[in-house]
Amino acid sequence: MAARKTTRKPNVSAEDLTRFYRDMLLIRRFEEKAGQLYGMGLIGGFCHLYIGQEAVVVGLEAAADEGDKRVTSYRDHGHMLACGMDPKGVMAELTGREGGYSKGKGGSMHMFSKEKHFYGGHGIVGAQVPIGAGLAFSDKYKGNDRVTFAYFGDGAANQGQVAETYNMAELWDLPVVFVIENNQYAMGTSVKRATKSPDFWERGAAYGIEGEAVDGMDVLAVKAAGEKAVAHCRAGKGPYILEVMTYRYRGHSMSDPAKYRTREEVQKMRDERDPIDHVRTMLLDGDHASEEDLKAIDKEIKDIVNAAAEFSKESPEPALDELWTDIYADDVPQEA
Amino acid sequence: MATEILMPALSPTMEEGTLAKWLVKEGDTVNAGDILAEIETDKATMEFEAVDEGVIGRILVEEGTEGVKVNTPIAVIGEAGEDMSAAASSGADAPSSADAGADAPKEAPAAPKVAAQPAAPPRPDRSPDWPEGTETVTMTVREALNQAMAEEMERDDSVFLMGEEVAEYQGAYKISQGLLDRFGPRRVIDTPITEHGFTGLAVGAAFGGLRPIVEFMTFNFAMQAMDQIINSAAKTLYMSGGQMGAPMVFRGANGAAARVGAQHSQDYAAWYAQVPGLKVAMPYTAADAKGLLKSAIRDPNPVIFLENEILYGRSFEVPKLEDFTIPFGKARIARAGSDVTIVSFGIGMSYAMEAAGKLAEDGIEAEVIDLRSLRPLDTATVIDSVQKTNRMVTVEEGWPMGSIGYSLAAIVSREAFDWLDAPVISCTGKDVPMPYAANLEKLALTSTDEVIEAVRKVTYR
Repeated sequence: MAARKTTRKPNVSAEDLTRFYRDMLLIRRFEEKAGQLYGMGLIGGFCHLYIGQEAVVVGLEAAADEGDKRVTSYRDHGHMLACGMDPKGVMAELTGREGGYSKGKGGSMHMFSKEKHFYGGHGIVGAQVPIGAGLAFSDKYKGNDRVTFAYFGDGAANQGQVAETYNMAELWDLPVVFVIENNQYAMGTSVKRATKSPDFWERGAAYGIEGEAVDGMDVLAVKAAGEKAVAHCRAGKGPYILEVMTYRYRGHSMSDPAKYRTREEVQKMRDERDPIDHVRTMLLDGDHASEEDLKAIDKEIKDIVNAAAEFSKESPEPALDELWTDIYADDVPQEA
Repeated sequence: MATEILMPALSPTMEEGTLAKWLVKEGDTVNAGDILAEIETDKATMEFEAVDEGVIGRILVEEGTEGVKVNTPIAVIGEAGEDMSAAASSGADAPSSADAGADAPKEAPAAPKVAAQPAAPPRPDRSPDWPEGTETVTMTVREALNQAMAEEMERDDSVFLMGEEVAEYQGAYKISQGLLDRFGPRRVIDTPITEHGFTGLAVGAAFGGLRPIVEFMTFNFAMQAMDQIINSAAKTLYMSGGQMGAPMVFRGANGAAARVGAQHSQDYAAWYAQVPGLKVAMPYTAADAKGLLKSAIRDPNPVIFLENEILYGRSFEVPKLEDFTIPFGKARIARAGSDVTIVSFGIGMSYAMEAAGKLAEDGIEAEVIDLRSLRPLDTATVIDSVQKTNRMVTVEEGWPMGSIGYSLAAIVSREAFDWLDAPVISCTGKDVPMPYAANLEKLALTSTDEVIEAVRKVTYR
């Protein structure tokens, strides 16, 4: 789990720490609620929870500026909440309702927000990686200094199109941060059973891309590494790879019995490396917050998540004529 | 407040399961994430976690119980010291009521059939493609495509061209000749040989607000990029509820060239035409190539633009107009006739037109329709013609199963059954991979003779 190279932690304000605590807690409580609604049959199909990986997106969003773009895989709820999308709209999409970000037509894996520069939510492993490079290409083409975060997992890191994208991104100096969220398992296949080259960030060297591994359970380390990567991209030096070492507590999806790892392994990570406990301890030990302050945040988050859940149940299913809308951007007859 | 813990659904298809084992007992304090029980589904044994902290008040379903329906209360959880008997008693006899969950979504009412289209069939659009008396100039399909791209790149800075050998080499088939000199390397971009990657990258650029033209040296290589074309480009507008899509063009040579073997000789018209979210054009003449490509570049959707290597060098008349476009979904009547309707597109038109000429010598007047775009498909023009001729033959280079011709036959039998005097015959490529040997290759393709024979069959002459 130890990262081979960790960028030095910067000083951080109490305000920032509190915000990270709050943002990570929102993701965790939201995902727990999603798991609960899935169990009740309100959410169907696939549902991939982000619990355990919260420090990755919260740390990197802290390194992003307005207008920067992000794109990710199907484990996308955390990314959406971290970039400021409305928990109600996300939860209502999970329940397949009209009030969801995609009017109920996308589902857990397919949500987007132009306003928040969130470009999905992609269900095919690795497909978002060239798309992320393409988003970066569009900014470079337009001549601005925006940066794109292209998130993918250790599973996707073995996809051919990822290698193809590295090659083009470096060839054309595209401002894209490739974020490998290494949670150690591609569904049920551990990294060591999938590759003999397990240090994924080092593969960038074959294409001339700089990168580093970072402790993904430490939000401050992620933020510091993210700032370095973003500065590299904004300076026109091309792409950067961050391999963020993280861990997912839950199964790959809701229907994963997770027999490929021991309960002890998961429990040890929860007890010793939990990213939220880590910040909570810093807040308390540094006298930046009291137990009461944190309880108030817990309450606030619980209320937000409950309101999102309520909204996702009350929002009606999409109108039946929605079946036939949004197929084309203009008026095109469909075979019927 | 005491709340019921319900039997969870642990997979998309689970309706009931076995409560294999309780890992907690009444009175235990649990935290969020603690394992409460093991539940067996038809696929696996799963651990069921607590979502909230609290004290287990009562266990309502004993371990070992089989066939516990999803959403049945299985335990009661509350705060320490709380009296949970009320919640417990209400839950005690609940296991039989599978739909106990008040939050369960209401059963959807029987869906009334939602019609995509109004009932009245559209009338064919017979307006001329360019005004009467417009001066024309003879040019090749290659020149027409080149002009279309140059004009649209001049018009809109967000349009760019990328693909293998499009810039410095001037295009493997010289379609992009001169564009690098004119528009520079920012907008005319040579890619490495990496179809999957650069297609995905172009889709991302389209999401980001640009108007990419992706040239596939031939569409055979686009199979490497099929996922990005279908899953990313075609479906995103729908999956995003209309928020964002991929306005872009995928273009290149499609179908058989000559003697290039099975992997380089496939017609993808029917494949792409099947996909909602894509538009598909397959021109035959230079005028259509120019007018349709300009429309494709301006279109707000992903467009598949299927060219043909053999047609690149053929010459046709193209109108001399400042800004000439051809709309999608408007077929062209290439030759008027009254005895039989021959429907084709792309290079199939060369067989159709040659056959029509020879048939005329024998007194059979064929009406030849060039579809030009396959999605949207101008069925109104086809049906209108069949209602006049009462017979239809289709011509295309692709394989028979699931072909455009078979689809047209189904549409015509549905919309104009009473007008048909003979079964529809579809002339297609043979149901085999393309052979290399010259004689076999000729046999694998459809031909003018096959079209003539089909027409004689449906006209009984």
